[in-house]
Amino acid sequence: MSKLTLKTEGDTHVVVTRKFAAPPKLVYRAHTEPALIQKWLLGPEGWTMPVCINEARPGGKIRYEWDDGKGNGFYVTGEFVELVPFSRLVHVERMHMPDPTPDNHVETTFAPDGSGTLMTMRMTLPDATTRTMMLSTGMEHGMEASYVRLETFIKSSAVA
Amino acid sequence: MKSLDASFAALADPTRRAILARLALGEATVNELVEPFEMTQPAISRHLKVLEGAGLIMRRVDGTKRPCRLAPSAMTEIDQWLGMLRQALAANYNRLDDVLADMKTEN
Repeated sequence: MSKLTLKTEGDTHVVVTRKFAAPPKLVYRAHTEPALIQKWLLGPEGWTMPVCINEARPGGKIRYEWDDGKGNGFYVTGEFVELVPFSRLVHVERMHMPDPTPDNHVETTFAPDGSGTLMTMRMTLPDATTRTMMLSTGMEHGMEASYVRLETFIKSSAVA
Repeated sequence: MKSLDASFAALADPTRRAILARLALGEATVNELVEPFEMTQPAISRHLKVLEGAGLIMRRVDGTKRPCRLAPSAMTEIDQWLGMLRQALAANYNRLDDVLADMKTEN
């Protein structure tokens, strides 16, 4: 089932949409309660989020730390700008790798969709170059996994 | 097709993988690569030479510039990498489906 859409918009936006089989209230809670966030916001297989701070109020702090259990990790910090319970979240975030990336302004809406929810996450980067770098960084992480698989493939071919 | 060893060596460097990721989003000149990567022009040029030698990028002549773009054979790989970025996001939301199912049961 391909429920996720990921597309760029204009020069500085990235828009992600996804439908969920649960009402907006639950999807909103899963985005604002640390114990719930730690169960799903993990990225590739094998990563965990040992530190999750999410102060869901205007001006509240966000801090997510990820770890792959092999000594690799990075973290995101941010602040909430606006919260409309169960329908809208606005926050600013930046990734530390370890140098901070330019601020990513994120608006997430949770709209009723039948008995479920349509989530729309709209990211706004300061300029086109930053957006390119953000997408490239995400790709580079994917490429790392690809490279490791290529390496395994070449090693097994050499043995055979 | 260039040798697998050359591609393998070219891909072994994180800067070169990042340059490929950048070129996946469009053509760029050396100068356009210098700024985001915070490297000197000779350093970027050396990486581009390795990528070109491995057949992963192509360069054309445009006046005094030589803009680089991904070679068609590299595109297949890049498509797979973009697919993986989508997969990482999709994996998150598939996990969220399970979390939501549990929350519904509790209520």
